[in-house]
Amino acid sequence: MMVRRIAVILTAAALATAVACHKKAPPVARPAPPPPTSSTAPATPPAPPEPMREPTSVPAEPVRDDAIASASLDDLNRNSPLKPVFYELDSSEVSPAGQKVLDENATVLKRYSAWAITIEGHCDERGTAEYNLALGERRAVAARAYLVAQGISADRLRIVSYGKEFPFDPGHDESAFAKNRRAHFVITAK
Amino acid sequence: MKHSILAGIIAAATLVGWPRAQQPPQPPPTTQQPSEIGATIGSEGGGPPRLAVPDFIALSTDAETVAIAKILGQVLWDDLNFEHEFAFIPRDVYASIPKATSLVDVPFDRWRELNADGLVVGTVQKVDTGVKVEVRLFDVRSRRSVFGKEYSGGAAANPRRYAHMVSDDLHLTQRALHGVAQTRLTFASDRDGERMKNTVQKRDVKEIYIADYDGERQTRVTVNGTLNVFPRWSPDGRSIAYTSYGKGTPQILISNIFQATREEVTRGNDENWLAAWSPDGTKLCIASPREGHGYTNLYVLNRDGSGLRKLTSHPSINTSPTWSPSGTQIAFSSDRTGNPQVYVIGADGVGQAQRITTSESYADKPTWSPAPYNEIAYTARTGPGNDVKVIDMATREVRQLTFGEGSNESPAFAPNGRHIAFTSTRAGKKQIFTIARTGKDLKQLTRSGNNEHPDWSAK
Repeated sequence: MMVRRIAVILTAAALATAVACHKKAPPVARPAPPPPTSSTAPATPPAPPEPMREPTSVPAEPVRDDAIASASLDDLNRNSPLKPVFYELDSSEVSPAGQKVLDENATVLKRYSAWAITIEGHCDERGTAEYNLALGERRAVAARAYLVAQGISADRLRIVSYGKEFPFDPGHDESAFAKNRRAHFVITAK
Repeated sequence: MKHSILAGIIAAATLVGWPRAQQPPQPPPTTQQPSEIGATIGSEGGGPPRLAVPDFIALSTDAETVAIAKILGQVLWDDLNFEHEFAFIPRDVYASIPKATSLVDVPFDRWRELNADGLVVGTVQKVDTGVKVEVRLFDVRSRRSVFGKEYSGGAAANPRRYAHMVSDDLHLTQRALHGVAQTRLTFASDRDGERMKNTVQKRDVKEIYIADYDGERQTRVTVNGTLNVFPRWSPDGRSIAYTSYGKGTPQILISNIFQATREEVTRGNDENWLAAWSPDGTKLCIASPREGHGYTNLYVLNRDGSGLRKLTSHPSINTSPTWSPSGTQIAFSSDRTGNPQVYVIGADGVGQAQRITTSESYADKPTWSPAPYNEIAYTARTGPGNDVKVIDMATREVRQLTFGEGSNESPAFAPNGRHIAFTSTRAGKKQIFTIARTGKDLKQLTRSGNNEHPDWSAK
């Protein structure tokens, strides 16, 4: 994915340079970015598809599957397939929308059965720092209980509360608060 | 009591080179009047005695000694002013009075003209072991010395500490008050801008800091590179217990700040938060959700981690413990009826918890005042933010100390019960402030990064 994007950027940059030269503008020398190195991804763009061949028996979503299976833990957590669950003020109740998110997370966790997860409980800044530790815990516990009820082994689901110590949005308005009241999923092993 | 304080000072001075109080005080070489140690100055008209606190006299003319003399006078002024036990002759009129050059040529007549009841005269001298400071408090009318003491040690690097000792001695001998000039604050700070490792989120490390009571000499204690929060001084002022996420799960650690050693109070996979020392320093009360179900309850254990027993057993959140000064009761917050409220339970856990706050929608982080007051300060939700309030345990009267200037929380009493440190966002980021128990004398102590969860040392 990333490699392809870099290739596109490089191509665009080359074209832009060519156009600029054509207009007799002074050439600009820029060091090219070093080629991306990765043990799992090729350093060159993939070959174009062969248009004449019939697409036969392609497994479902092979690219996505491979991307998730081969991504590093950091890359996975940066764009996580496990979505956060959001809560109301002072509440640890999982809303219908939260249940939907947890259903999807359960599907992912069943598919990647080797993954171990930490569920982080977080709070907004309106509650007190001290009480929020326990409230964040209760939010994480609520999310875990729902996943366990969906058949996910509790052994895979560690819990930690950060209270309001690590807000995701540093703002001080309701839109920031809403993002900060959450159970956040971190993949810790795969 | 006095001996144990002195022993503590001497022990501390031996370990870290703080100035040492030497007793008995040496009489000055000569005085205009016979000195009388142990008396107190009064005032005309019954108000607080009016003091003049000029810069100290540098007995040697080198730049360092002159600088120390200036600092001592200024810091002593601030220290004394903090408790409002004295009124002060404004410093800007001192220039009209010829400067004394020793303890024997004091122009008492001129100070009397300024209506001063008392005059602090201090000298600073370089000696082999560092700096020697001699301080006298003169009754301006009788021209007698009512207080005299000599301070010496190797701590020229920290002249402020001499002034703090003088201030505490003057408050004790003149006003029978335990001053707090030698006490310290501890708090958590993200000022170093270090990022948590092992996370893709941008999360700032928080480390434990200490500072003098006036916010000077802010010093980092922990170097964990993780989330270190909710520090609490041990009663002897030599250790700090705090909550640390160093191993991924929050645990209670103790830093022994003079030995630079660390102890693990709790360990393992259970989360543990918010340590509170028993007044005798042998036990800690902590909050833990270890039983599961999202319930948090209080536990008491020895400071070495042994002897754990459950203090509260309620299917709700029970957290934020604070001991009564006698050690017989523990106040905490519980959301057993909805949002958190403050409760009190016996330290043996026997009996029903008694609800204390009845007029708040949300009350947390009780902190029990020292004697002679019997009050509990707490954080109350008052609107979009929080404010610090105090409830009198005898009358149950509530008074409010902050009024919606930013959000205010995490109160901690000074050891004489006359001041409270807390966190406020009124200046932008989270910063540590102190305020008198009357609600006056607001003072901002920190300015760099976010600073929060203050605690005030007993010594």
